[in-house]
Amino acid sequence: MTKSRLIDRMPVVHQLRQSVGLQRGMLVAGLVLTGIFVLCAILAPLIAPYGFAQLSGPDGNFGAQQPPSAEHLLGTTVGGYDVLSRVIWGAQTALYVVIVAIVLSVFIGILLGLVSGYLGGWVDRTLVVVADAIYAFPTLLLAIVVAIAISGGQSGLWPGILAAAASITVVFIPQYFRVVRAEVVRIKAEAFVESAKVIGASTPRIMFRHVLRNSTRTLPLIVTLNASEAISTLAALGFLGFGIEPTAAAEWGYDLNKSISDVAAGIWWTAIPPGLAIVLTVLGITLIGESLNDLADPRLRARRRAKAQTPADAVAATQPASREMMGEVQ
Amino acid sequence: MTSNVAASSVAEPPPALEVTKSRSGGSSLGRYILIRFLLIIPTVLILVTLVFFLIRLTGDPITAALGGRLPADQLAERIHEAGYDRPIFVQYLEYLGRILTFDFGTTITDNQPVVQVIASYGTATLELVLYSLVVAFIVGIPLGLVAAALRDRWPDALLRVSAILFYATPVFFAGLVAKLIFGVWLGWLPVSGRASVRTELAIGRDGGTGIYLIDAIASGNPAYVQDVLLHAVLPALTLGLLTAGIFLRLVRTNVIGTYNMPYIDAARSRGVREGRLVRTHAYKPALIPIITVIGLQIALLLGGAVLTETTFEWKGLGFQLAAYLSSRDFVAVQGIVAMIAIIVAVTNFIVDIIAAFIDPRVRY
Repeated sequence: MTKSRLIDRMPVVHQLRQSVGLQRGMLVAGLVLTGIFVLCAILAPLIAPYGFAQLSGPDGNFGAQQPPSAEHLLGTTVGGYDVLSRVIWGAQTALYVVIVAIVLSVFIGILLGLVSGYLGGWVDRTLVVVADAIYAFPTLLLAIVVAIAISGGQSGLWPGILAAAASITVVFIPQYFRVVRAEVVRIKAEAFVESAKVIGASTPRIMFRHVLRNSTRTLPLIVTLNASEAISTLAALGFLGFGIEPTAAAEWGYDLNKSISDVAAGIWWTAIPPGLAIVLTVLGITLIGESLNDLADPRLRARRRAKAQTPADAVAATQPASREMMGEVQ
Repeated sequence: MTSNVAASSVAEPPPALEVTKSRSGGSSLGRYILIRFLLIIPTVLILVTLVFFLIRLTGDPITAALGGRLPADQLAERIHEAGYDRPIFVQYLEYLGRILTFDFGTTITDNQPVVQVIASYGTATLELVLYSLVVAFIVGIPLGLVAAALRDRWPDALLRVSAILFYATPVFFAGLVAKLIFGVWLGWLPVSGRASVRTELAIGRDGGTGIYLIDAIASGNPAYVQDVLLHAVLPALTLGLLTAGIFLRLVRTNVIGTYNMPYIDAARSRGVREGRLVRTHAYKPALIPIITVIGLQIALLLGGAVLTETTFEWKGLGFQLAAYLSSRDFVAVQGIVAMIAIIVAVTNFIVDIIAAFIDPRVRY
């Protein structure tokens, strides 16, 4: 009994039960697409027909730009790699980058937002101005500059993944910083923070125990939206030649870059598969993010057919969590 | 790429607004403009500083660009000539000083002043960005209004799913697919460049503005105009539809939000008809935030332009930036990025001022 209740309260499961109609369809579609992506990433060594850097099979070299055939279901690239294998292995690279980028930016962003918002003073003002300046800048250009700084261009698997993840992190930190700081500033004026001070709790304890726990409710939404952004930024970096060397890992953006000249020659199989992989992955994660976003906001949630309100509705009604996500002016 | 960035920006006013709000009295439009203008300086300074030090982390630009291609003593001589062997802070201060006089340095690989590069390629980017904004406005805003008016019915569902689909598609992949279908398979449209070589030669003969459409119209030859427009269709649609998807989502959310306001209920209870209610009561307040968002879209569009230009070999600033990136000319990269930082800061300033003129709530 208690177990099923706990499951109901899990982030995504709770929203799935809460949703109806189109929103449920979007959420389910998103979950399925993301599930396929994660499975591909984890099982890549098992399901990919060849290695991502494999140039030859038992019958000799694969050959470049071979059309799809029984041996190569999606043909081969201009560099002589198997397209299908690189698409599947690319999921693994993308997953690594997303995880590293999100973990880094969530930790740094939350920490900065918490300290800045709670302590205030000149540190706070400086950080706000810096975050705003970075925030207004084209994210891709910033990511390029950071990629130059870290790797000086191309690099191997882990250096490449870390460089891509760090570029994305720099772009994301201001977002988490702003959201967390705004919440912290609001919450530190609440009575329970005052009470904690009165009973003599130390500042770090108030910050991490009382304030932090109450200022993270919008984060799941931003994390999902950022996960999809991380994948497009990784692909864009790869497309501009800041990707990971083809021998170190498979990367969708890099493969797309190499297919520009193929497209002009009418060769579709090198461009479409990695591109579709990006689209479907970003689509899946975005659909989850969008649905969570809508479901968190009672004004945007589709009306339930049932008349009785669930406790979840009551909670959601008191927490219009995603106002700042919705482009709303207060 | 960053629709959530755009969306969230509306909720929190830029710091300038907080500044004006926190100081009571004297809250005139002039004062607001002044404070907002002064805020450009720290923004640009921070970005330029960040870019300078990040790029210098890799070492000096001459070794990066020419290392391995020149013998060591020549390399050292060039580094000394350019002053890259001095302490980094001296170089930094000198760099800032030169930016004040609009000197962004000289590219290493083709020895051109960065300002010159920006002037000759910037117009192409401007042209592409303007076309895309037109597409985004024409497609995004009306469809957003439709989606809001028919909320939760099938047109809304269809539009929202396609908006997400557009958002999920990287602009360079969309460009490649468009090239493949309309350029290669159907052969309807040219696949790359800003115009055919003949047109380019003809309209660029006597200088011109660099904006090909204007030059082509000035030449008076309809064939050139047609050629320029045909070349623009695919890049403009690719970049424009991506932006349109973001506009659609924003318009929809804002109109629905406004539609739920008490004053709309009040108007309805007074007997204002639904159509009029939507047109005269709900649209205007809902569309004002869009203006602010467009400012941030410029930044996004410039990022997207780098990718679109690379895809379509549209010889603009982004195409050039990608070329400098692959030849590892970091002076050029640094200069172009610094210039874009200034453009973005100034655009955001202008957009905020326009918003203040339209919406009196912003300036008080």
